[in-house]
Amino acid sequence: MNITLFDTIFYLLAFLTLGSAAIMVFSKNVIYSAVGLLFTFFGVAGIYVLLAADFVAVVQVLVYVGGILILLLFGVMLSNKITNIEITTETLHFLPASLVVIGIFVVLYRVFITTDWNPVGSYNFDPTTHEIGTLLMTDYLIPFEIASILLLGALIGAAYIARKD
Amino acid sequence: MILPILNSEITFLQFLPFDLPEPLISIIFLLIGASIIAVVASVLALVGVYLERKISAHMQDRLGPMEVGPHGIAQTFADAIKLLIKEDIVPQDADKLLHFIAPVMVFAATLAAFAVLPFSKTLVVSDLNIGLLYIIAISSFVVIGAILAGWASNNKWSLLGGMRSAAQIVSFEIPASLAVLSVIMIVGSMNLGDIVEYQKGGFFNWIIFKYFPFNFIAFIIYFIASLAEVNRAPFDLPEAESELIAGFHTEYSGMKWAMFFLAEYANMFLVGVVASTLFLGGWSSPFGDFLNSGPFPVFWIFIKSFSLIFVQIWIRWTLPRVRVDQLMYVSWKVLTPFAFVAILGVGIWMVL
Repeated sequence: MNITLFDTIFYLLAFLTLGSAAIMVFSKNVIYSAVGLLFTFFGVAGIYVLLAADFVAVVQVLVYVGGILILLLFGVMLSNKITNIEITTETLHFLPASLVVIGIFVVLYRVFITTDWNPVGSYNFDPTTHEIGTLLMTDYLIPFEIASILLLGALIGAAYIARKD
Repeated sequence: MILPILNSEITFLQFLPFDLPEPLISIIFLLIGASIIAVVASVLALVGVYLERKISAHMQDRLGPMEVGPHGIAQTFADAIKLLIKEDIVPQDADKLLHFIAPVMVFAATLAAFAVLPFSKTLVVSDLNIGLLYIIAISSFVVIGAILAGWASNNKWSLLGGMRSAAQIVSFEIPASLAVLSVIMIVGSMNLGDIVEYQKGGFFNWIIFKYFPFNFIAFIIYFIASLAEVNRAPFDLPEAESELIAGFHTEYSGMKWAMFFLAEYANMFLVGVVASTLFLGGWSSPFGDFLNSGPFPVFWIFIKSFSLIFVQIWIRWTLPRVRVDQLMYVSWKVLTPFAFVAILGVGIWMVL
């Protein structure tokens, strides 16, 4: 078996992603789950880098780690510790949970077997930003505009809720 | 990106009498590169600490450290050795694991950002074509480290400091990123090397003087926002010593505390290099081709970034700390609108 550097890094990243995802799911402590999520995002970003999608990798870290995860930690900390209420996952909703999990698994498995997997032979690490920018402004202009209107709406809504009166 | 660089490095190791497996060689080279960054960043941080103590002392009509070495030059190194052998105290009710991870995360994220800084045309560890975005993204780990440190210490001051740090850095990331956007618009690249290449040829090619005064405004906004991002006075609310003892690192001692401390000064240098790369021509000489080869690019980038560090220290020892509400006012109602004006101005001017 010939293990290249590429494979080594891939398996390390896969181990990091899956291991921290397991910590995230099985931990009773919400903060530990959040830290597990952090390393999951980091591992996924690393796999994006291996697939020569550098922009996606950095944006993944920027949005999920820099935005969503900080917000999540912020919310948990404001409610935990200060009020002395331990936030742990105690209740088990076995039936609905397993239904959702089986549903998601079926969908993912279907995607997995119907996708036409073709391994990429040679990787060329060309800059992707220029191409992404061009595509956003031409072929995918409508989804881009819709997303920005959605974000603007969320922004105005947040400002409205946060108002004093 | 990373793999072609590795291939060129592997040829260096052909002289070894025995064969190492290829992944191992690459990993060894990655580790060597990472260690060089770590050493350089730590030494720069120690120099920053010495400068801070000396400059603040002279501003207050004192002498500062004078005992160890001539004019106290070796004082910070002596302090570093002292910190290494100090006892590491962990509070009894602290979360031991996160208490350990937090300072490591802050220090590692700071070092990771150093990987893309261009010190000259060739002296850059990883010439990433999205280097600027990478720096913005990787610094979010610093925020998470601060929050985790605050939470894991199980101390009200620490928690408040961590929360303040998160709120502050997340708020100031917006004007900082917007100020950077006008530079990206002008150069058309997020590669820090390309941004420097664009500004070659002396003072008047620097982006700070392009489309005057819009980029000048952007530079001021970036500088203020970067002060807040590295928790420097007047925005040092996360560690406000008169209110929160030492904020998120109240419960840290010994080497873990030193990691926070070194990360803070390494971050000062980092934002200094980024600001001078984006707006002040980076490693290119301010006099065109004069003194622009050999070791001089490194000299210029150090002169520029240490001048900015001097201004940071000067501000810290001159201005009082702002309140939390004033901090948010500055970020959302002053810097962010002005950053939008700068982007709009540059954009319209470029189209005209």
